[in-house]
Amino acid sequence: MSVQDSRTLLTTDGGPHPTEQVRRRKYGPLYSRNARAVVARGLMATKSSNWTVMASGFLEPVLFLVAMGVGLGSVVGSVQGPGGQEISYSAYIAPALLAVSAMNGAVYDSTWNVFFKMNFAKLYQGMLYTSLGPLDVAIGEIFLALLRGLLYATGFTAVMGMMGLITSPWALLMVPASVLIAFGFASFGMGITSFLKTFQQMDWVNFVMLPMFLFSATFYPLSVYPEPVQWLIQAMPLWHGVELLRQLSVGSFGPIMLVHVGYYVVMIGLGLMLTTGRLRSLFLK
Amino acid sequence: MTENVTHRETAALGEGPSTAGSTPAHAPEVSAARVRRWGAFYYAEKVLRAMRSYVWTIVLYSLGQPAAYLFAMGVGLATLVDANSTNAFGGVSYIVFIAPALLVSAAVMTASGEFTYPVMDGFKWRRVYYGPHATPITPQQIAAGHIMAIAVRFAVQSVLYLLVMMLFGATPSAWSWVLVPIAILTGLSFGVPLLAYAASVREDKGQFPMVMRFIVTPLFLFSGTFFPLDNLPLGVRWIGWISPIWHGTELGRGVSYGYQEPLWLIAVHLVFLLVLVIGGWHLAKKQFVRRLGQ
Amino acid sequence: MHPHTVPAASLPADAPARKIVISAHNLTKSYGDFTAVDGISFDVPQGEAFGLLGPNGAGKSTTMKMIGGVSQRTSGDLRIMDLDPGTHGPEVRAHLGVVPQQDNLDEELRVRDNLLVYGRYFGLPMSYLRPKADELLEFAQLTEKAKAKVDDLSGGMKRRLTIARSLINEPRILLLDEPTTGLDPQARHILWDRLFRLKEQGVTLILTTHYMDEAEQLCDRLIVVDKGRIMAEGTPANLIRDYSTREVVELRFGSERNAGIGAELGGIGDRLETLPDRVLIYAHDGEAALEQVIARGLRPLTSLVRRSSLEDVFLRLTGRSLVD
Repeated sequence: MSVQDSRTLLTTDGGPHPTEQVRRRKYGPLYSRNARAVVARGLMATKSSNWTVMASGFLEPVLFLVAMGVGLGSVVGSVQGPGGQEISYSAYIAPALLAVSAMNGAVYDSTWNVFFKMNFAKLYQGMLYTSLGPLDVAIGEIFLALLRGLLYATGFTAVMGMMGLITSPWALLMVPASVLIAFGFASFGMGITSFLKTFQQMDWVNFVMLPMFLFSATFYPLSVYPEPVQWLIQAMPLWHGVELLRQLSVGSFGPIMLVHVGYYVVMIGLGLMLTTGRLRSLFLK
Repeated sequence: MTENVTHRETAALGEGPSTAGSTPAHAPEVSAARVRRWGAFYYAEKVLRAMRSYVWTIVLYSLGQPAAYLFAMGVGLATLVDANSTNAFGGVSYIVFIAPALLVSAAVMTASGEFTYPVMDGFKWRRVYYGPHATPITPQQIAAGHIMAIAVRFAVQSVLYLLVMMLFGATPSAWSWVLVPIAILTGLSFGVPLLAYAASVREDKGQFPMVMRFIVTPLFLFSGTFFPLDNLPLGVRWIGWISPIWHGTELGRGVSYGYQEPLWLIAVHLVFLLVLVIGGWHLAKKQFVRRLGQ
Repeated sequence: MHPHTVPAASLPADAPARKIVISAHNLTKSYGDFTAVDGISFDVPQGEAFGLLGPNGAGKSTTMKMIGGVSQRTSGDLRIMDLDPGTHGPEVRAHLGVVPQQDNLDEELRVRDNLLVYGRYFGLPMSYLRPKADELLEFAQLTEKAKAKVDDLSGGMKRRLTIARSLINEPRILLLDEPTTGLDPQARHILWDRLFRLKEQGVTLILTTHYMDEAEQLCDRLIVVDKGRIMAEGTPANLIRDYSTREVVELRFGSERNAGIGAELGGIGDRLETLPDRVLIYAHDGEAALEQVIARGLRPLTSLVRRSSLEDVFLRLTGRSLVD
């Protein structure tokens, strides 16, 4: 029954030839445990592209922090922080901007980037003609997005430190928490992108992102809204990210934090299910 | 002599069996003369027609973006700002202060999209510019047509922005409508030089995201948009002085709520913006001629 | 079963020992109401160059995708190296090299990196890949371009790089979807030469094409596919012998007269085809047929006597271009 190999090649040390090993390996239908090849490809592509573009990605939230914190901070004065204590306006918006940047980076990577690779560069078509499965591709791409998110979060947190906005060592937990936020958005974003076919549809992503950015207690407390609006915003993912980071930034812990983290854990789980299901139906139809 | 021959030939082609029933194309000389006069409009028409496929996105974005910004900043953030400050914004409420700045900034944001990737698309990706270049249309006319079409988009978007501002009660002055031409001028003062730059880019190495990060975002944030420029230390205040958004915003505040400025400063704003448009146009023209002529 | 469907296992008699590496039986693929592949069956023994010949939209690419396990069949049976590509996609693809219809090279990577990274997708170690990549660059005549950007390669070079890339895992089966479409004649010949070498090394080639000359050059055996069905199967020479005459006379009388001239040509040659732009006379002796035409006082604007090709086979089988 099994096909005899007419030219089984042996390596010098007597083991089966590498290509033969590959052919004898067992794979799952969706996952071949080789997401690291996708990651390696991404790193190599970054290396040969203009890395200053990538490195400068963390600049945007820093600019917002400087402009709003300094320029507007002088007008606003101090505001009430998560623990009830008065903090400067800069210290108030900084963690929120970090959450926004985690969201933006993850969404950009998992929507525009994936959209381009899927529909224009035909990158995934090439990958899926190898022994890679769709899940290898999804995991690899999401991992890359998180790696970038980690770099940005670290950079931004360092800037916060230099501006004297970090008062508690707990604030360092903002870095892993940003990666969690990015994970939530990236796993969902990729699944949603798979439904989108044109650039115009891609614009709709911004329609969701902009209000979330502006309304999720980023620049002012939620209490300015009437109660029904508050509920709506609390149902959105970014608000949980903003609150989580804001509490961490001053080391103010409470049971509500479990809700924020839980929100993202559920989001990641659902997002991965959606993305895998979509990739299966898109590429293995 | 030659004129007659060519004309007859074209006419004969038009009457041929393959295209029976259609009117004959007019003679080459007629085409050339028309294009010499109207070529830029023909190209602008093409750009606007292409825009039709996402006209609803443009309209919804032009309404949704101001609504979101005015509500978040002008209403939400204003609760912090107006409560903690008295008279920090020249005696007007925060929403009235930021609305003209947001309208002008929106035109610059649109410019940063429309004068970058589509230009790369024209010269390199789908080579959109080379189709019309094979007709009597000249490179200058292609550049001018592109600019004209985007100016139309600025106008539409600014009118919609103004309507949303009115709904928020952020337009105290009867002269607020003048914000529309100011926004067009500001959009072009940033967009036309950007067009010249984009036309000089031969290989996409991520220059456009760099423009967004290092130019557009700082200009948006440090041009007296959300707070008077004087609130910033002198070290960064110069960003506003060289920013089209600041010059446009200062003009806009004058017409939308009667913000007082000396006449010479108004003249400086206008001259600054006009110089950018005209200088940018000369550079853009040169780039288009050079690039398409290769 | 469709009357045109050729029963499976029609191996050449001289190769009884060769094992079957691809076996399709009643393979069908439908998209809603549209049936792209309509119950085709064929077997491919190891080392054969097997062609799928047909016009655009005949179902060739869909068949290729099902073989690669990136498209699920609607019904029928398919085995690649005794594996079902529907359930064992990664295993099947570990045996395959794929050259898709459109190059999908990684434009963000340089030429040599394209080979290395693609090899990583198979989980191959770098110690194997580095020398292999250099060997393949040599094979594809791209050694000088190793560090070049993909974007800077010519169309022919990109195609050769895609083929080199498909060989990175030393596949026993190479799927080539329209390998030379869009290339200039010189680039095509370079490519054909490379494919011949692979065949000599025992690689099984499965290729689709709508170029009849390519099929004649490269294929040991082929199936003619139209509207998702197999119209005929055999070696190029046999197909020409079975479905055409030795020679063909092509006559052009101008677009006005071509259609009406058929009646005046009656009785010349074995068969007559009237196309919008020309009239074809199928005859064993083309020169003799042309003399008969002239003898009847007909004056074609141009005339050409040539050997029959697969193009004529296709015309005969599908009848699509027939006016009458």
